[in-house]
Amino acid sequence: MPPAVGGGPAGSEPRPRRGRAGVEGARAVGPDVGAEPAARSPKRPARGSRCTEAAGRWTLLTLVTLLSFATRFHRLDEPRHICWDETHFGKMGSYYINRTFFFDVHPPLGKMLIGLAGYLSGYDGTFLFQKPGDKYEHHNYMGMRGFCAFLGSLLVPFAYLTVLELSKSFPAALLTAALLTFDTGCLTLSQYILLDPILMFFIMAAMLSMVKYNSCANRPFSAPWWFWLSLTGINLAGALGVKFVGLFIILQVGWNTISDLWHLFGDLSLSVVTVGKHLTARILCLIALPLTLYTATYAIHFMVLNKSGPGDGFFSSAFQARLSGNNLHNASIPEHLAYGSVITVKNLRMAIGYLHSHRHLYPEGIGARQQQVTTYLHKDYNNLWIIKKHNTNADPLDPSIPVEFVRHGDIVRLEHKETSRNLHSHYHEAPLTRKHYQVTGYGINGTGDSNDFWRIEVINRKFGNRIKVLRSRIRLIHLVTGCVLGSSGKVLPKWGWEQLEVTCTPYLKETLNSIWNVEDHINPKLPNISLDVLQPTFPEILLESHMVMIRGNNGLKPKDNEFTSKPWHWPINYQGLRFSGINDTDFRVYLLGNPVIWWLNLLSIALYLLLGSIIAVAVQRGTHLPAEVEGLSQVLLQGGGQLLLGWMLHYFPFFLMGRILYFHHYFPAMLFSSMLTGILWDTLLRLCAWSLASSFLARGVYMVGILSLLLGTAYSFYLFHPLAYGMVGPLAQDPGSPMAGLRWLESWDF
Amino acid sequence: MLGFLKRPVVVTADINLNVVALTAVGLLSRLWHLAYPRAVVFDEVYYGQYISFYMKRIFFLDGSGPPFGHMLLALGGYLGGFDGNFLWNRIGAEYSSNVPVWSLRLLPALTGAFSIPMAYQILLELGFSHCAAMGAALLMLIENALITQSRLMLLESVLIFFNLLAVLSYLKFSNSQKHRPFSLSWWFWLMLTGVACSCAVGVKYMGIFTYLLVLAVASVHAWHLIGDQTLSNVCVLCHLLARAAALLVIPTLMYLLFFYVHLILVYRSGPHDQIMSSAFQASLEGGLARITQGQPLEVAYGSQVTLKNVFGKPVPCWLHSHQSTYPMIYENGRGSSHQQQVTCYPFKDVNNWWIVKDPGRHQLVVNNPPRPVRHGDVVQLVHGMTTRFLNTHDVAAPLSPHSQEVSCYVDYNISMPSQNLWRLDIVNRESDTEVWKTILSEVRLVHVNTSAVLKLSGAHLPDWGFQQLEVVGEKLSRGYHESMVWNVEEHRYGKSQEQKERELELHSPAQMDVSRNLSFMARFLELQWRMLTAKSDDSEHKYSSSPLDWVTLDTSIAYWLHPRTSAQIHLLGNIVIWASASLAMVVYVLLFFWYLLRRRRSICDIPEDSWLRWVLAGALCAGGWAVNYLPFFMMEKTLFLYHYLPALTFQILLLPVVLQHVSDHLCRSQLLRSLFSALVVAWYSCACHVFNTLRPLTYGDKSLSPSELKALRWKDSWDILIRKH
Repeated sequence: MPPAVGGGPAGSEPRPRRGRAGVEGARAVGPDVGAEPAARSPKRPARGSRCTEAAGRWTLLTLVTLLSFATRFHRLDEPRHICWDETHFGKMGSYYINRTFFFDVHPPLGKMLIGLAGYLSGYDGTFLFQKPGDKYEHHNYMGMRGFCAFLGSLLVPFAYLTVLELSKSFPAALLTAALLTFDTGCLTLSQYILLDPILMFFIMAAMLSMVKYNSCANRPFSAPWWFWLSLTGINLAGALGVKFVGLFIILQVGWNTISDLWHLFGDLSLSVVTVGKHLTARILCLIALPLTLYTATYAIHFMVLNKSGPGDGFFSSAFQARLSGNNLHNASIPEHLAYGSVITVKNLRMAIGYLHSHRHLYPEGIGARQQQVTTYLHKDYNNLWIIKKHNTNADPLDPSIPVEFVRHGDIVRLEHKETSRNLHSHYHEAPLTRKHYQVTGYGINGTGDSNDFWRIEVINRKFGNRIKVLRSRIRLIHLVTGCVLGSSGKVLPKWGWEQLEVTCTPYLKETLNSIWNVEDHINPKLPNISLDVLQPTFPEILLESHMVMIRGNNGLKPKDNEFTSKPWHWPINYQGLRFSGINDTDFRVYLLGNPVIWWLNLLSIALYLLLGSIIAVAVQRGTHLPAEVEGLSQVLLQGGGQLLLGWMLHYFPFFLMGRILYFHHYFPAMLFSSMLTGILWDTLLRLCAWSLASSFLARGVYMVGILSLLLGTAYSFYLFHPLAYGMVGPLAQDPGSPMAGLRWLESWDF
Repeated sequence: MLGFLKRPVVVTADINLNVVALTAVGLLSRLWHLAYPRAVVFDEVYYGQYISFYMKRIFFLDGSGPPFGHMLLALGGYLGGFDGNFLWNRIGAEYSSNVPVWSLRLLPALTGAFSIPMAYQILLELGFSHCAAMGAALLMLIENALITQSRLMLLESVLIFFNLLAVLSYLKFSNSQKHRPFSLSWWFWLMLTGVACSCAVGVKYMGIFTYLLVLAVASVHAWHLIGDQTLSNVCVLCHLLARAAALLVIPTLMYLLFFYVHLILVYRSGPHDQIMSSAFQASLEGGLARITQGQPLEVAYGSQVTLKNVFGKPVPCWLHSHQSTYPMIYENGRGSSHQQQVTCYPFKDVNNWWIVKDPGRHQLVVNNPPRPVRHGDVVQLVHGMTTRFLNTHDVAAPLSPHSQEVSCYVDYNISMPSQNLWRLDIVNRESDTEVWKTILSEVRLVHVNTSAVLKLSGAHLPDWGFQQLEVVGEKLSRGYHESMVWNVEEHRYGKSQEQKERELELHSPAQMDVSRNLSFMARFLELQWRMLTAKSDDSEHKYSSSPLDWVTLDTSIAYWLHPRTSAQIHLLGNIVIWASASLAMVVYVLLFFWYLLRRRRSICDIPEDSWLRWVLAGALCAGGWAVNYLPFFMMEKTLFLYHYLPALTFQILLLPVVLQHVSDHLCRSQLLRSLFSALVVAWYSCACHVFNTLRPLTYGDKSLSPSELKALRWKDSWDILIRKH
């Protein structure tokens, strides 16, 4: 077994630090152990041992990397159909290849990389990615999966190197590598076209470069120092560019940087100018550089996606004018609103959409049973309204009637084109927002009552009293009740097709929710004028797309009466996610962490907290620790502390999130927790070995401990591997199943 | 022993006349014309109804806060002899003569008044001068918003009182730590800290922020204590244990005590019963208990039961069926089984009755002795009025197409065989042979053929289903969810063989005898859980505001308007104090970081002891402001200006701290110092002037003319009510 091979070199030198301590004296176990550069150590011992050590080091790293690649790329092409969220991210990759505009709640970098991988591997973007289970047939999907698997495989060597850097102990690093290699969850998540492997790659790369850079701290402004510092910045930009949870690793790096600067500032041997230089370097590499890169991804995103597509309606009218194929692109429409014009009305607040109505009534018990009026983000015939005079029903398009423009302060009626009902409001309470009035569609063929009258007000009257398409910001004030038409931005339940609520608000507060602009405009009696639609500047586009993303994220709310994954489920591996297949004849893939590894991680966190607080209290009480224990506790408190912080930062914020959560959100935290496990058990076993008198026995205990952990994880992987690589056959209750007897928790449904 | 015989007993009273004077003016300002206006003012309408519930001993559920605050208000009503008979429905309604307005408002007013001398004490304990301490108290005295809020039947002033008490007693405790650890006063103040913290949390959940702050400061101090090597290990351990007991155990116990008293006080069933579980309802007097009192405990074959959904959202409801069938074709073109509908119905109805039947036998009556149904048994459920069997099959449900339709099987559709066997899965069982118990057992009904689970989907059926709630068979049970769990609510043993007789029996009320009591912990946990998850209607309010508006006082709340004149009560702060408190905050933060950075470079601008005082004052006052303010940015509920008052109090405490610091350390010459003092006096008189100007709106006792009111509208966003004549 590979881990046994890996255990060999480790066995030959189970305590590298202690060996070195003999040469360097007490220095190596002093408090600056963490800062001791790994690259320098080979220079010190004799030439021969240096060569073997370097060779061993590289062999081990190669072995770990190879094993990781082998596990991730094994059966990568299976199943040959869309699994789970591949339907989203594969589709978005295709959008990039086709250059059609779309909207997603995540930043663009991850999907851009997927698209790029597909493009380079010869995928032409023609596959529809409609729903999970669709067969890929002849389409080339391996490039995209391979790319994700490649990044996913790199997690293991990254974790290995990080732990090695933090603990200077090969067994700890090996243990970490084994935990991640043999975790079925990480494996499954790395094998499909998803954002998670990309995100985790950037997170781990940022962590590694940060740790590497910390160890260069004694040679500031040297080449490696600059290299690792700027690499940290680049990876931070990458992590944030894939998903917003990349923010957590930024917080971690930020915390590390602040405490680092604090130490430098307190070092009176450094002049203030030097500290200033340090500060500037960090601002450059950790703030300016990532921001530039992050912005650059958006610039590329908007440059690549220049065709109109499914995401148009989420954005403002001005934004849409950029997209070729959109009806506002080089638009040629009548400029001023006249009676009889057919228009679409868009809310000025981002991501609210168009005023919409359809042939469905409000359900019983919710206001009056009249036709629903909502806002809708997609372009649709039901968004069309005709603007009419309040007192006449004559057809204004009749050529005998002269054109009359709509002016500020006019009393108008808005008739829904498809259903011929008037926009109407009355003293019934709105469906979701209390104390607002309900807005309905009322009347037959345009004949309603006085509750259909609205006063139209232009807020920015620099274009005169007429209403200019796209430019004029208008408010519609209900004549009878005096309320203002607005959208609350709340999602209606199923009966409202999950569109957004429209209300008439009696509170005349100045919010964008109640301000609208006219977007499409059709009036055959008016000349079409080519409009130089206000081209938004790049910062405006950037801001707008962030607002839309944030609103999109907030909109992903869990529903009552549905089982949803809770953050406390995750570390205990309470329930997995079905990637593919349900029945016993299907090819089934189930995302579930290897329970042995996950529960070991959980135990390790508890043990770490216990051990860490014992040591911290002992130090605070002024107990004099033996040199050996002192060194170990430094590794535990500093190295382990960083990892614990990483775990907490990537886990606890989810408890505060209102949006819908999934099991796979835990995986970045799981990486940190596995690294912590590696360091903890290594330290724990060393402490055990140290407390034993006989050195032979001590070495034995240590070796047996590490080996049994390595072999144990490998064996558990052997047991649970069908979850990740897929299985066909009876479900786990059946003794003939590949997973028979392994359904340890009722809640695992495989 | 008998020392007092030899020496006379001497009591030396040490009276700080400052404190006495402050208390007196505090009481005067808060209690003056307390019973005016004799009308419901703003949120009194909200708290008042709970007071009435307490007076009538009726159970209620209020998600806005733990019961201690409500109980304190109710205590005022109890002492004033309030009988609870008042309809709290409208702000501005005149109180009837049976409402003891004065005693109802007394407690908040007293707490508001006592906050003033406490502010004085806190600054003294922080190590600042009497002058600064007087300043803090006088600022509290003339803060209009605090006065308005204290003079009404509202909880903010009570919360502020307990917040300050917690901080004050912790400071007293930590100051006596140096000289006399484990002395009587040491214990007293330590215990009082814990008690005050729990009271603060008990009044409003918001109190938890101050509690956490005190805990944080206490743990930093404890950490220093651990590092103190002059103390023995045992001594350190004792210190830690004492703190843990006082600051962790006592608050927990106190919190439980509040609920204990609450549940003892409100023991009658009331309008909020429906939200609670059947078991909880049965523990209240009247209501469900009257129906279920004397039901047989164990469900047996032949039992007649009603099944209530445990989740109960969107509304609590019972498994129901009726003669109507599912429409052949739905609106969207999908087909149904056209069998009898099964729904969940939110009202008591004879059609909610089901009979538990043994699949192996035909009879629908209970044997003698009754044969109980156990976990894992396979049963059939027969609808009482129509004698049809509960059934599910591989047909898509009307509104949730991913789930199976549940119907009562009608046998004319030959192509579909009946699949009416259900396995009983008792979720909260203690053993695998547990008997199905009325009310107590939470069961899942798992379909034998398809392993679908009976579930309330929460969707309302359209007209053909009479807007009742949809019930489905969930095929992919993705984990445990309460919407799949049911419990027996009403229960009796069926006796009639004949259908006609049985119908009569179903119509008759159930009555037999077994009483059951839920343990206090079970009731507490359920009540707390429901309170936390109760959906507060996040309605927009005319006077709601966002936290950003508060610091600059960009918002106000009209509390009350006299029905005829334009006398009104308006929640408005003393703008001079608000602005200068915010300014002091900024100055503090800037100075703090300046000193901190300089100290890091080993340049000490101020002596060590005044630095430590500066840090502690900042941790408690600036920290108190931050913990009581910043969390509101993350809350989704409707927010009002009065939510800011606890934070404001801490900010006001910081103001004299900063002033004294500036005068002591930044004014280098005597001249500057005198000049600064003069400025402070001028500024304070300015604040007094503002207080006096806004006083009519604070007390609501004087009717101002429209022009005077317009003149008071210093900010456009202030909504001062002006009558149009």
